[in-house]
Amino acid sequence: MSDEKIEAPILTGSITVPKIKENASVNQKCHHATEKHMEKLGFPIVKPVDWKEKALKKMKELLKKYRSLKLYLDICVRCGSCADKCHYFLGTGDPKNMPVARQELLRKVYKKYFTVEGKVLGGLTNAEELTDEVLEEWYTYFHQCSQCRRCSVFCPYGIDTAEISMAAREIMDSIGVGQKYCNEVLGKVYDIGNNLGMPGPALRNTLDFFEEDIQEVTGVDVKLPLDVEGAEVLLVSPSADFFSSPHVDSLVGYAKVFHKAGISWTLSSYASEFANFGMFIGSYSVMKKVATRILDEARRLKVKRIIVGECGHAWRVAYSFWNTLIGPFDFLDPRYPAPQHICEFTLDLVNRGAIKLDKSANDEFTVTYHDSCNVARATRMGDKPGGQFEIPRALIRASCNKFFEMPDNVNRERTFCCGGGGGLLTEELMDLRVKGTQPKAQALKDLMESHQVNLMVMICAICKAHFTHILPYYDIPMEAVGGIHQLIGRAIVL
Amino acid sequence: MINILAYIAVVIFVGGFICKVWIWSRIPAPLKIVSTPGPITFPGVILRMASEVFLFRSLFRGNKLLWLGGWIFHISFLFIVLRHLRYFFYPVPAWIMGLQTIGIYAGYIILLPLVYLLIRRRTVDRNSYISNPMDYITLILIIVIAFTGILMKQYIRVDLVDVKAFILGFLTLHPTIGPGSVLFLIHFLSVLLLIIYFPFSKLMHAGGIFFSPTRNQRDTAREIRHITPWSNI
Repeated sequence: MSDEKIEAPILTGSITVPKIKENASVNQKCHHATEKHMEKLGFPIVKPVDWKEKALKKMKELLKKYRSLKLYLDICVRCGSCADKCHYFLGTGDPKNMPVARQELLRKVYKKYFTVEGKVLGGLTNAEELTDEVLEEWYTYFHQCSQCRRCSVFCPYGIDTAEISMAAREIMDSIGVGQKYCNEVLGKVYDIGNNLGMPGPALRNTLDFFEEDIQEVTGVDVKLPLDVEGAEVLLVSPSADFFSSPHVDSLVGYAKVFHKAGISWTLSSYASEFANFGMFIGSYSVMKKVATRILDEARRLKVKRIIVGECGHAWRVAYSFWNTLIGPFDFLDPRYPAPQHICEFTLDLVNRGAIKLDKSANDEFTVTYHDSCNVARATRMGDKPGGQFEIPRALIRASCNKFFEMPDNVNRERTFCCGGGGGLLTEELMDLRVKGTQPKAQALKDLMESHQVNLMVMICAICKAHFTHILPYYDIPMEAVGGIHQLIGRAIVL
Repeated sequence: MINILAYIAVVIFVGGFICKVWIWSRIPAPLKIVSTPGPITFPGVILRMASEVFLFRSLFRGNKLLWLGGWIFHISFLFIVLRHLRYFFYPVPAWIMGLQTIGIYAGYIILLPLVYLLIRRRTVDRNSYISNPMDYITLILIIVIAFTGILMKQYIRVDLVDVKAFILGFLTLHPTIGPGSVLFLIHFLSVLLLIIYFPFSKLMHAGGIFFSPTRNQRDTAREIRHITPWSNI
């Protein structure tokens, strides 16, 4: 898809609810995974002739495995509270991007085959047979959900569309209908250990380059160790931190923090990826397999702590799922949470006076903070509810002089997805991603005009990658995107 | 005849409700998916759940007018049901007698949110898109129940002694033929239809909310290992 086709919505000054426009985003389709991608993950490589029976069988299996799925398909009353809460609906106006309507795509099939109501009342209750057309709708619209869970915040029963879209993607993978982006990335993790497919030697080269760079700028010999057995800390960060801008600035920030705190640490070339796209495709087993690499490496390197870098969905997997998937972490030092977020780690050092921050180093920035969806609505930091909001903010306040909050309706647990989460960070969805960014772009633009904000920091690799790519469509420079440890890295007194 | 239907309806309602809840309770929640910020303690979960069940907290955040309509509807429904308990007890306990007046007010008031809920399904484009025929039919059924009820109470009176004898006869398994009132018949049959439909439908949100993992889990994933029962992969 060429760039001139993509038009960013005009920012009107407020986040408004569009009139519905049927099929407005029906052409925004992900590329299909090829046989190679599917085979690697153990999925069927082609759609079988009896795909319908197989899909229903998979659905039946998932209904018995996930209470969330069955319950949420059963109890939605279609009140519409969620209908205007999805950034993709607000951006496109396509009614199937209303969370309730997205769920209905699966629910209508569930009703037809698995409920008395649907079998008796049929169309009166919107029950519908599984056909090629329905499968096509699934593929399109369950890949227009970033699984950000914003809809769930406003649902009177906490119905979580992410659970539905994960199940739908798992069903589709089970009949050979996979999405290329996620499955290809997961294949690279299987083969090489990270989403980029960057092998160990290349990683070491990159780290050498950062070391030289820090030396040149600060005159201090800050190391970025790799594969060091017996280090105190294994740091696992999203692989984008090794290579993308502004991600790398946060990696440099972590390194400076470890250096100044005098805590031995190491990165790993085997577990060189914090991201876990197994969650996006809804596969428990893939998610577990990807997470297990980190567990194995922590044992092999005999580290005492696992600390993780700035990545939203991966923090969800780590915080909420790791203990279940690969726990218990009884071989680690019990005095520290396992895993520990780099923000928890750094703030503790700041509070204890172990590192000093010079706020004036960031005086060129007027900063705001973007709560990333998975961090905000699916995890915690520290020991109090809401720590996932307070700890990053405390770090920002400690490292710069000018900080302004986003407005309440786009902040904290009400934050909007950047527009590229949930496995949608792929080129063919550019139009959708640009439109889905509208709510957050609007809020940022307002702050840029009212408070001269020029930097929006965040702790998510996907948010960073997406925003740097998309915000220019809204006449916001990509330099307006940064990470919290980018601020820390500049402010830290070495 | 009407008694047989009523017995069947009650069995379907109670049996269906229990069955559905039983099924939900048997399916594991393999992972911690609590919406955060969430409670860390059990009392915290109870508080969160209570705020959802009694105050519709999340709906309040989502849509104020809908919240008002939905909350008034549900609270009125509750008082109306409680008021009707007078037909099920002999003698009638004092607390039920104390609820009679407010129950009648509720009977009038409930029509407002019901009509609002019906109209908003037609007038907002998003809502008409997501509404299916049964969503309307259910609302209309409840409107019929409420309307015939208030008519019988205030305008076209039905012999209450007959009603009470009919209900008590039904309860004690000595069914009688019941009041010979068309209004009563419509009212009563509509209620039977509603409770027959209940366990098969979205109306089960009444029991379902308590099983919702995003709302009933504690936010303790790091501290306490949550086990997936089916995981051996």
